[in-house]
Amino acid sequence: MKIYADNAATTKMSETAFNAMLPYLKEHYGNPSSLHTPGQQAAEALQTAREIVADAIGCTPREVLFTSGGSESDNQAILTAAKLGKKKGKKHIISTAFEHHAVLHALQKLEKEEGFELTLLDVHENGLIDPAQVADAIREDTCLVTIMYANNEIGTVQPIAEIGAICHDKNVLFHTDAVQVVGHLPIDVVSDNIDLLSLSGHKFHGPKGVGALYVRKGIPIATLIEGGAQERGKRAGTENMPAIVGMAATLEESMNRLTENIQKISALRDQLIRGLSTIEHAALNGDPEKRLPGNVSFCFEGIEGEALLLLLNAKGIYASSGSACTSGSLDPSHVLLAIGRSHEIAHGSLRLSLSEENTEEEVDYMIKEIPKVVDQLRMMSPVWVSKVRGEKDFIL
Amino acid sequence: MSLYSEKVMDHFTNPRNVGEIPDADGVGEVGNVKCGDIMKFFLKIKENRIEDVKFQTFGCGAAIATSSIATEMVKGKSLEEAMTLTNREVVEALGGLPAPKIHCSVLAEEALKAAIQNYYERNNIPYDKSLFPNCAECETCRMV
Repeated sequence: MKIYADNAATTKMSETAFNAMLPYLKEHYGNPSSLHTPGQQAAEALQTAREIVADAIGCTPREVLFTSGGSESDNQAILTAAKLGKKKGKKHIISTAFEHHAVLHALQKLEKEEGFELTLLDVHENGLIDPAQVADAIREDTCLVTIMYANNEIGTVQPIAEIGAICHDKNVLFHTDAVQVVGHLPIDVVSDNIDLLSLSGHKFHGPKGVGALYVRKGIPIATLIEGGAQERGKRAGTENMPAIVGMAATLEESMNRLTENIQKISALRDQLIRGLSTIEHAALNGDPEKRLPGNVSFCFEGIEGEALLLLLNAKGIYASSGSACTSGSLDPSHVLLAIGRSHEIAHGSLRLSLSEENTEEEVDYMIKEIPKVVDQLRMMSPVWVSKVRGEKDFIL
Repeated sequence: MSLYSEKVMDHFTNPRNVGEIPDADGVGEVGNVKCGDIMKFFLKIKENRIEDVKFQTFGCGAAIATSSIATEMVKGKSLEEAMTLTNREVVEALGGLPAPKIHCSVLAEEALKAAIQNYYERNNIPYDKSLFPNCAECETCRMV
């Protein structure tokens, strides 16, 4: 059995996206900036794609800017707010300790190079922000609050509408990285009180290298790339037409099936969480209720995540981990550390992220195989052995 | 996955000499949970030779594979011979390791040496301390 359970990393491109893209890789090669027929045909397709994305998040087409993906959108959103803030002498930004690196590193750059001050809110053990924290943290000189809609590792979904309401009440721009949410949960930027929102095509069965930034009307957008007049001069470079069209087509399909998909994927998630909860000295990461439909994240005491991934890979289970060995540094995932997991426990993390393509049979197989692999690694772990013998205390 | 050589994957998925020796003559443990690797080596020594060796490892695939192959490489050797084992030899025997995993081979060498040192200490055998790692000073692990 081959089970792809790493949909938070990327998803398999849908047939819908693929079929929509094909003509734009072949006969429809016109540049939407050209005045001739092929150019105008492309311009129309671009407009249609923009309308679809706008519909999916409840904004107007003019408020959608196509980008190369989530990271670019995050950077442009943050830079936009920072530039506006700087003009007014407001150089304080509020975020959380477990944002995606596209947000965290962009903020740290502003801190280091531009003298901005950062407040990173505590995300608590369950990975949830209390809107009151935001209210308390906002100062006279706060120019931006940026909080991810849902966390990519532990899946917690924040009370975005309430946080947005507080920001609006205090006249502070609110950006959310909704890369894990668009196409998976309903979003309405108006009722959610969002000013800037990032999304990425490949997280909902679209192609890689394309995304979008929603910027509420009236906010002057800062540019990252100088050049031509594409995207109303806010994002230069000839539009990636095949990718934009593919992303829009699959987003439209996801939105049409949203309720059905949420039901199906959440049921698989809960089945998997129940199954893995029988493993001793293990813990679910993130809130059990307020989480993404497809996210299952566990820490297993006494083992290391990369070894776990390799053994699961050998069994055809494709997952991910926040262990140091998989993060490319000596430190485990900043997300797991932010929710208070110790280094030791964070090293033993496993994330399984499901999509509507996963099945009950696959979940049953994972429930059967994962405990065996955990056991196999625990048996050879001196940490585990010393805990079983009572020489060291269990943490979980 | 092609992150690791076939040899590494073989030693990781079918580790040799895994377990412990209850009446070991020397036991050495290096690394720490914070950095995500701990190796523990158990030695049975007879007439200055490593009659048996076993290991327990908490760590990534490379950590388990380096432990496994290191035990194979020193089993049956005299303590003096075993002391000449270097992490480079461990890496070579595994057909190479990705650069960020070289420290795993260092740990394997050090776990073995720590176990030999423990044997010397237990039996009041004089030895040259400079030949053994000082875990407190090891930067590889960026200790707690």
